[in-house]
Amino acid sequence: MEALFAITLGLLTASGTYLLLRGRTFAVVLGLTLLSYAVNLFLFAMGRLAGEAAVLGRDVQYADPVPQALVLTAIVIGFAMTAFVVVLALRGVSELGSDHVDGRREEDSAP
Amino acid sequence: MSHLPILPILLPLFAGALLLMLPSLERVKRSISVISTIALVPLALLLMQQAGDGQLRVYALGSWQPPFGIILLLDRLAALMLLATSVLASCAVLYAVRGDDRVGMRFHALFQFQLLGINGAFLTGDLFNLFVFFEILLIASYALLMHGNGAQRVRAGMHYVILNLAGSALFLIAVGTLYGITGTLNMVDMARQVAAADPSQAPVLAAAGLVLLLVFGLKAALLPLYFWLPRAYAAASSPVAALFAIMTKVGIYSILRVYSLIFGPEAGELANLAQPWIWPLALVTVILGALGALAATSLQGLLAYLVVVSAGTLLAAIALGTPEAQGAALFYLLHSTWVAGALFLLADLVARQRGDKAGLLVQGPALQNPHVLGAAFFYGAIAVAGLPPLSGFFAKLMLLQAAPPGAGALPLWSVLLIGGFIALVALSRAGSTLFWRTGHQALGSAELDGGRLFATLLLLSGSLLLVVFGQPLLDYAQATAAQLNDLNLYRGILGETGA
Repeated sequence: MEALFAITLGLLTASGTYLLLRGRTFAVVLGLTLLSYAVNLFLFAMGRLAGEAAVLGRDVQYADPVPQALVLTAIVIGFAMTAFVVVLALRGVSELGSDHVDGRREEDSAP
Repeated sequence: MSHLPILPILLPLFAGALLLMLPSLERVKRSISVISTIALVPLALLLMQQAGDGQLRVYALGSWQPPFGIILLLDRLAALMLLATSVLASCAVLYAVRGDDRVGMRFHALFQFQLLGINGAFLTGDLFNLFVFFEILLIASYALLMHGNGAQRVRAGMHYVILNLAGSALFLIAVGTLYGITGTLNMVDMARQVAAADPSQAPVLAAAGLVLLLVFGLKAALLPLYFWLPRAYAAASSPVAALFAIMTKVGIYSILRVYSLIFGPEAGELANLAQPWIWPLALVTVILGALGALAATSLQGLLAYLVVVSAGTLLAAIALGTPEAQGAALFYLLHSTWVAGALFLLADLVARQRGDKAGLLVQGPALQNPHVLGAAFFYGAIAVAGLPPLSGFFAKLMLLQAAPPGAGALPLWSVLLIGGFIALVALSRAGSTLFWRTGHQALGSAELDGGRLFATLLLLSGSLLLVVFGQPLLDYAQATAAQLNDLNLYRGILGETGA
C-alpha cells in the first residue's frame, strides 16, 4: 500500500512539475492541477495510511480527522485558484494574442 | 476572553462582504471602504497597547483550546505588523478613492479581502491557518494586480500567479510533513514537538523546514525567488503597488515567526535551521536589488527593486539572530513599508503629469508642479536611501551597530553601505531625469489632485513620525525582539490551558 501510494505521488508530482515548466498556459494549468492532486493525496498520507493516527495516538479504530479537514480546505482553495488561473489564461490569450506564459507571439516562440 | 484580537480580521471581512452586496453607489462604497480601513489604525494602536504589557493573548476560536483548536495569537510582533498594515492601507485607500478605484470592478471589496488576509496571517498561531490566510491575501492580490486591465498587467500577473500557486503546493507539502511527524499544527505546540523530536526524524523535519523557507522566501523576495516582483509591482496600479509594499513583509514576518519559534535556538538538533541559508542569500539580494534599481528603465521599476533591497536588508538583520538586530529590523520594517508605499503613490503623481512618457526614465514634458513633487521625491529618496535626518538613517545605523563585531559585521557593513550608495545613485539619476531634464512645455491636461497629494504626503510623513516618536517605537521594537526570543513565554500558552 505504502509503495503504491508513494509511486503514485511521485508520478503525479513529476508529471505536474514537467507540465509546469512548459511554455503554454494550458499545459501549465494542467501541471498545477496534477500538483495539487499530489499535494492533497500527500496530506491524506500524513494522517497515516495504516497504524497509529498522527493525532489520536494509539487508537487505530479512528482515522485522523485533521488531515481530512486540511485536504478539504486545500481542495476548495486549489479549485478556486485553478479557476482563477484558467480565467487569467483566457484573458492572456485575448489581450496578448498568445497562450505563451511569457506573452510571446507565435512566431517568437520555438516549438 | 476579549474579542478584540479577532476584530482586525472580522472588520475587513464584513466590510468586504457588504461591499460585494451593495448596489453600485460609488459614494457609499467608498465611505464604507475608507471608514473600515481607517478604523483599523486605532484598533491596531489599541492592540499594540494591550500587547505592550508583555503578555500573550490567545483567542481560541469557538473556545476550542490549543493545541487542537485553532487559535489567534496576539503578541507584540503581531500588533506591530497590524499597525504597519493599517497605516499603509489607510493612505492607499485614500489615494484610491480619488479615481483609481473606478478603472475596474470591485476594487474596494478586493482591497478589504486583501487586508483580511494580511491581518489574519499576522494574527494566526496555527500553521495551516497561516496557509489559508496566505491564500486569501494572494487571491485578492491576483485580482488587484489585474485591476484596470492592460496587457502588461496580464503578462506580469501570469508569472506572479503561477509562481505563487506552485509556492502554495510546496507550502502544503511542508505543512503536511510537519503535521505528519509532530501531530500538531499549532505553531507553539509544534515548536515543543520539534525540540523533543527523535534524532532519526530530524532530517525530514529539516527538509520540511527548508521547503517552508522556500515558500516564505518566494513571498519575501529572497534571492533566487524575487524575479517575479519587479515586473508585477511595476505593472500594478499605484494604490495596489503601495499596498503590496506590505506583502513582502508578510513573508519576512513568517520567516521571523517560524524560524524563531519552531526552528529557533531551542529546537535541539534543528536549532537555527534557516540562518545559514538566509544570511548569504539576503546579502546578495541587497546587492542585486540595488543593481536592478540602477538598471531600471521606469520609476516604478526602480521602486520595485528598492522593495527587494529592503527585503534583503531585513532578512540579513534577522539572520544575525541577536535581539538587538531583530529590534532594529522591526524598526526598519515599519520605515521601509511606509516609505516604499508612499514612493509608489508619488511615482504615480509624477507619471500623471508626464503624459505618455509616464514613469519612463527619459526626457519628458515639464511637470506642472515640479516644486511640490520634487520636494516630496527628494524627501522620499533621502528616507529610502537611508540618509540623515530621516528614519531610514536611524534604522540602518541601528542595524549596523547591532552586527556582532568580527565575521558578521564585515559583510553586513559593506553590503548595506554599498547597497545604500547604489540606491542613492539610482534615485538621483531618476530624480534629475524626471525633474530637471524636461522640456519647456507642461501638458495642459494634467492636474495635481489635492486628495492624492494629501494621501501621499500623509504616508511620507510616517518617516518623520518614526523619528519624532523614535524612542518609544524603538523600545517597543526591542521589547518585541526580546519577547520573540523568550520561548518559555510562548510555551506557557499551552500550559495554562492544561493541554
